[in-house]
Amino acid sequence: MYKYTQFDTDFVRQRNAQFRTQIERRLNGSLTEDEFKPLRLMNGLYLQLHAYMLRVAIPYGSLNGGQMRQLAMIAERWDKGYGHFTTRQNIQFNWPKLPDVADILDALGDVEMHAIQTSGNTIRNVTADHFAGAAADELEDPRAYAELIRQWSTDHPEFQFLPRKFKIALCGSPRDRAVTRAHDIGLRMVKRQGLVGFEVIVGGGLGRTPMIGKVIREFIPPAELLPYLEAIVSVWNLLGRRDNKYKARIKITVHEHGIDKIRALVEARFALLRDSFQGNDQRLLEQIKTGFAPPAFKTRPLKAFDQHYGSNRVFRDWVDTNTHPHRNDAYAIVSISLKTPGKTPGDASAEQMRVMADIGERYGHDELRVSHEQNLILPHVHKSDLGAVHKALQGAGLATANIGLISDIIACPGMDYCALATARSIPIAQDIAKHFDVLKAEHDIGELKVKISGCINACGHHHIGHIGILGLDRAGVENYQITLGGDATETAAIGDRAGPGFSAYEIVPAIDRLVTAYLQLRTDRSEAFLQTYRRVGLAPFKTALYPETTRTGQANAA
Amino acid sequence: MARPFIDKVVTANDLREGDVVYLTETNNWTRHLSEAEVLQDEATAKARLAAGSGDVLKIIGVYLADVTAAETGPEPRHFREEFRRTGPSNYFHGKQQRAENV
Ligand code: HEM
Ligand code: SF4
Repeated sequence: MYKYTQFDTDFVRQRNAQFRTQIERRLNGSLTEDEFKPLRLMNGLYLQLHAYMLRVAIPYGSLNGGQMRQLAMIAERWDKGYGHFTTRQNIQFNWPKLPDVADILDALGDVEMHAIQTSGNTIRNVTADHFAGAAADELEDPRAYAELIRQWSTDHPEFQFLPRKFKIALCGSPRDRAVTRAHDIGLRMVKRQGLVGFEVIVGGGLGRTPMIGKVIREFIPPAELLPYLEAIVSVWNLLGRRDNKYKARIKITVHEHGIDKIRALVEARFALLRDSFQGNDQRLLEQIKTGFAPPAFKTRPLKAFDQHYGSNRVFRDWVDTNTHPHRNDAYAIVSISLKTPGKTPGDASAEQMRVMADIGERYGHDELRVSHEQNLILPHVHKSDLGAVHKALQGAGLATANIGLISDIIACPGMDYCALATARSIPIAQDIAKHFDVLKAEHDIGELKVKISGCINACGHHHIGHIGILGLDRAGVENYQITLGGDATETAAIGDRAGPGFSAYEIVPAIDRLVTAYLQLRTDRSEAFLQTYRRVGLAPFKTALYPETTRTGQANAA
Repeated sequence: MARPFIDKVVTANDLREGDVVYLTETNNWTRHLSEAEVLQDEATAKARLAAGSGDVLKIIGVYLADVTAAETGPEPRHFREEFRRTGPSNYFHGKQQRAENV
């Protein structure tokens, strides 16, 4: 695991001390809210509907048991005993009080964590494949590069007042688990003549104008990565529209100017910048890489695992659904579902955090990950320990076997918390998950990703859900619009709008009709929802969603 | 024809705790919508909003919210304000929780 250097520690301490006095000055009136707001946002502190919200970065989603335990402590001491893990590999606390925030940040600093650049028009928390360093199909662990980017972008003097927020994601495998095509910059590791480097994708994003990113450079060697990124961000920094915040993201800049012009500008800037890095970044990278060395994998017999797997149905279902192939055959990657039907997607109680911290320390080489799908990952578990891990998770209500299935829903906080929301998303996720849980149908339905956002900002990734749900306010009533055929992986696609929206009462039956249609349309069980959709198109699903009889007058026109 | 004025209350969030508050007739901030001052015309609403906005040491994010007057006090007209006066629907937190402890 990467350890903070003295520089990192001092920097975080200093920032916290600074913010502590800023909070004091706000409370005593020396700072107005207009002056204070940008300062609190720089430190991850938002105002939501019922309270403040503190967003804490979990860089590239990696944390250890001690850090998880500290999050549990913070949740209990200063919040309401839980935390919400988000699609950007952050954790959000929904109830902090302003006078406590500096203490919370210090407590985070004690375990090498912070909330810097989790908000505001800066380069945000760098995200990465949650299976990084463990996946069987990986070329190389992308996190060393992610850490390099984090260090470069944190407090970068030129990039503190960008036209808008800027998000970077990395993936080290052909299978894209980091949604690189829906980020301002996505970096996909590729190999050329035996050399590992990155395909650079630019201008992806969701929100009100969803765009799939475009390839700006097919291959950039690691030695040129930072100057190339700096070239992209600085070209956009000058060109990006500061006159209209809805047009400020780089996706619009790329769209308005065209990828070829942007590429030419970036290459020109890159030619100027390239030499200024003088290899310091490469020395740093080598140093960082040592922090991401793989753990000392154990060799142990697998007989007990094989027996348990053969004889225990519940365990087998969980292993089949919630584990993925590890690059070491004797190991597995475990996904801990935070999607127990009826619970809030992405939430974990302090008690559950502690259980996960213990399991991670005891059976997982002290490594945990947050996935953008709002689950937690134990990247390195020896198969002989899976039985014990499963049992411990069962005891904490964390053993739901539903990864990738219909109840494994991404949902943003929506109108239950978010000040920007136009409708709720959490209760919709709860209702859908419960509905299919009662039917015991989800294993038969197979892979199906439902993603829900409570407004057009798309924090819940609805555009790239196989089934996307967007909550809107239609004349003072919550209304839910469905998109179909979205895809978050290397074959990324923005979903198609199905038609008029549904009320909160109509949405579960509507999803049920879609699923029933899929089950009738699929060739067989091996054809997942998305494949069927790609084969047959929108039409038959539209018929299922809006049968003539239920149509008249019920679904209000969108 | 001018549209009829919809009654308003001045609302904000408490500076320290973030909790939803409403302006009362006596220039205090209450946690209960039922105790809020109901503003019945445009000019009063504007004036009271301006008065409330000045209270920068107590509150943030001040604005006017639509209400309907009822026997028991003002009622929200929009579901967003209903959530603000109650709390989230996934946990028994926020105002609903505090109301029970009173
Ligand atoms: C106080 C709560 C939040 C606020 C105010 C907020 C605000 C926003 C806004 C304004 C956008 C649109 C940005 C644009 O297109 O320029 C956005 C996008 C996004 N947010 Fe949030 N958000 C919140 C919570 C969350 C949460 C909880 C998550 C993760 C579950 C999240 C993840 C994202 C993602 C993934 C996007 C879309 C990707 C993109 O940037 O294009 N946000 N958010
Ligand atoms: S999508 Fe909208 S409602 Fe959901 S968290 Fe983002 S800003 Fe809030």
